[in-house]
Amino acid sequence: MTTDLNTPADEPEPRDHAATTAAEADAGTGTTGTTGSTGTTSGTASATTEATHSATETASAAATGAAQPGSSAARPIKGAPVAPGAVAAIDPRLLVRERGFKGYLQEFGRKLRGGELGSVPVVVGLAIIWAVFQWKDSAFLSPKNLSDLSIYIVGTGMISVGIVLVLLLGEIDLSVGSVSGLAAAILAVLYVNEGMSEWLAILIALSAGAAAGALHGFFFARIGVPAFVVTLAGLLAWNGLMLQVLGTTGTINLDRDSFIVYLTSHYFVYIAVAYGVAGLAVASFLAAQLLDARRRQAAGVPSRPLSEILVRTAVLAVLAFAVAWRLNEYKGLPLALLIFLVVLIAYDVLLRRTRFGRKVFAVGGGVEAARRAGINVTLVRITVFAISGLMASVGGLFIASRIAAANQGAGTGNLLMEAIAAAVIGGTSLFGGRGSVWSALLGMLVIGSIASGMALLGIEASVQYMITGGVLLAAVVIDSVSRRTQRSAGRG
Amino acid sequence: MTATPVLALRGISKRFGAVQALTDVELEVHAGEVVALVGDNGAGKSTLVKTIAGVGPADDGVIEWRGEQVRVERPHDAQALGIATVYQDLALCDNIDVVGNLFLGREITRAGILDEVEMERRSRELLETLSIRIPSVRIPIASLSGGQRQTVAIARSMLGEPGLVILDEPTAALGVEQTAQVLDLVERLRERGLAVVLISHNMADVKAVADRVAVLRLGRNNGTFDVATTSQEDIISAITGATDNAVTRRKARTSDAEDQK
Ligand SMILES: Nc1ncnc2c1ncn2[C@@H]1O[C@H](COP(=O)(O)OP(=O)(O)OP(=O)(O)O)[C@@H](O)[C@H]1O
Ligand SMILES: [Mg+2]
Repeated sequence: MTTDLNTPADEPEPRDHAATTAAEADAGTGTTGTTGSTGTTSGTASATTEATHSATETASAAATGAAQPGSSAARPIKGAPVAPGAVAAIDPRLLVRERGFKGYLQEFGRKLRGGELGSVPVVVGLAIIWAVFQWKDSAFLSPKNLSDLSIYIVGTGMISVGIVLVLLLGEIDLSVGSVSGLAAAILAVLYVNEGMSEWLAILIALSAGAAAGALHGFFFARIGVPAFVVTLAGLLAWNGLMLQVLGTTGTINLDRDSFIVYLTSHYFVYIAVAYGVAGLAVASFLAAQLLDARRRQAAGVPSRPLSEILVRTAVLAVLAFAVAWRLNEYKGLPLALLIFLVVLIAYDVLLRRTRFGRKVFAVGGGVEAARRAGINVTLVRITVFAISGLMASVGGLFIASRIAAANQGAGTGNLLMEAIAAAVIGGTSLFGGRGSVWSALLGMLVIGSIASGMALLGIEASVQYMITGGVLLAAVVIDSVSRRTQRSAGRG
Repeated sequence: MTATPVLALRGISKRFGAVQALTDVELEVHAGEVVALVGDNGAGKSTLVKTIAGVGPADDGVIEWRGEQVRVERPHDAQALGIATVYQDLALCDNIDVVGNLFLGREITRAGILDEVEMERRSRELLETLSIRIPSVRIPIASLSGGQRQTVAIARSMLGEPGLVILDEPTAALGVEQTAQVLDLVERLRERGLAVVLISHNMADVKAVADRVAVLRLGRNNGTFDVATTSQEDIISAITGATDNAVTRRKARTSDAEDQK
């Protein structure tokens, strides 16, 4: 720290970093800080995929101290009592990001080299997978296949959302498959066999899942049993309970016009719905970004330049409307997909923009530090496991809805592995503290695409498992390597 | 100092397995006073700090806050009282950025949503007031140097309007200018009427800012001295436990050598 002392000699004009606004940056003079998703991206669907998890400024080696002759317009913050002899808090070695789109690309490249891969590998992978399958069979990107895929991913994707939260803590939940099966069984027995009201049955099924998760959390956080073991016990026990609940019947069919089946069989046939949802998402994303930038400028903290906001919005718009167009070619926007997207946005806001989310990241980044900051680590852990159980049961209900039945095989097989693989493939780190709920969507798209493409090509399940296994391994390797690169780039 | 002390420790004891780390330790800190807590390595200074901060509660003894007996069993309790602590082993989350760490556990929200703009503005203001220089308030803690992390940790302790600030070897990892700034800071805290407990191995720092020095030796009190009227030698002999110690012997040896020249 001594060596970087910023003496007035090598900094002729003390500048006020905080007062350097985006306007000045756009004038080519100064230091624009951009903040990554933690900072500025609002809670809107940032399906734009470069969801980087660490906020960073800077990119080009140009425009350091000497290159800013014009920035004499330093305005100190009002009311900030500056210590005697205080020099503006700017480090002359700080690489300053160039303005405009070029700076954006440069920063992106620098992040990649620094190991902040975020969702880049999975998006590239997805593009390759889609290209290969489309080339092998032109039915792959057909409206029907894409529409089916979008419904297929919802059930496991919901489970994967819970897994993402658990992974953020640096833990694992192996029980989600069994919990999802149990929820489906409870619903079917209460609703079909006992004739209970469907809503009540759904409520009880979801509560049971959350309670199971909270129980795992209690044994893990309070008693201190490793999460791996607790949830392994859960995997066995809840599967046993499911078999008992189902009883001798084995399979209970859900009737075709029940709400639960409606969940995955309903489409909004009016094309206006899909386009409307896409338009709404894009508009609110843009509005939130602009509002945020305005507030930042008013408060005198760095904000995103307008060009970057427009690029992000454009990417989101292209994606959203392309999807809406494809879905409208078939039966329209599936209700299940809409629900999944709403859930993803809600969890994204929860994780990035609320106290609770901050606590989850803190515990995942360092338990002792979180504890000393006054965070109730036990409570956070129990809550996260309860959420995992809840999302497992939500997923279980969607899976039951798709096959219109609850059966003894529910929640077994490779459902658990798929849910965990999706989170990891999507870019959530196994090492805790890094990730986003959007990885549930991206990872499930990869897994679902492989499954559906293989089915189209008539390739057997055995091969499909091996390929999915390979993809998972690749994802974990990328995670580990990027973690190492981040360490050496000082971003570990 | 006749007023009730901000913090008073009475008969604090703490053991780790076979190690009796603290035995019947007493300590009083008044408002507007800097108390230096000194002692050799392993004397129990950090352990004492952790009992006050609720990180490692004491087995025995009483903590009084502004004259009233309080229980500090969790870090949260200490924070609620107004005790801010900068730990020797840093307590920052590597994966969270500077702003996030500064406000960890006391985030500002608007309608339940984190107010990142306000937190960032205040962070910049605070860092600027303390003349703390870091590349950006939006980089993860992992990319800061040890000293920079230390300054962030110190800045964090100032955020919650505390009544008592405990600094466990705050300058150990700092450069020349930063050390001076931290000492300035300690003096500013005193001027604002806060109570400060400063742990340091650096006698010059202690003499520069402290009003009183409390010495711990092998987990027990070994005297409290008024800095203005006590010589450095007396404090050192209290720390090492004898007037004849490695420091005085070394001094005698070097002055003998000089005499012979
Ligand atoms: N978590 C722990 N488990 C077991 N023993 C501990 C633990 N923490 C501290 N001790 C013991 O308590 C005693 C006091 O340690 P402490 O860290 O308080 O010393 P210190 O005065 O802060 O020393 P230093 O100047 O090196 O920081 C030491 O003998 C140490 O071995
Ligand atoms: Mg210590």
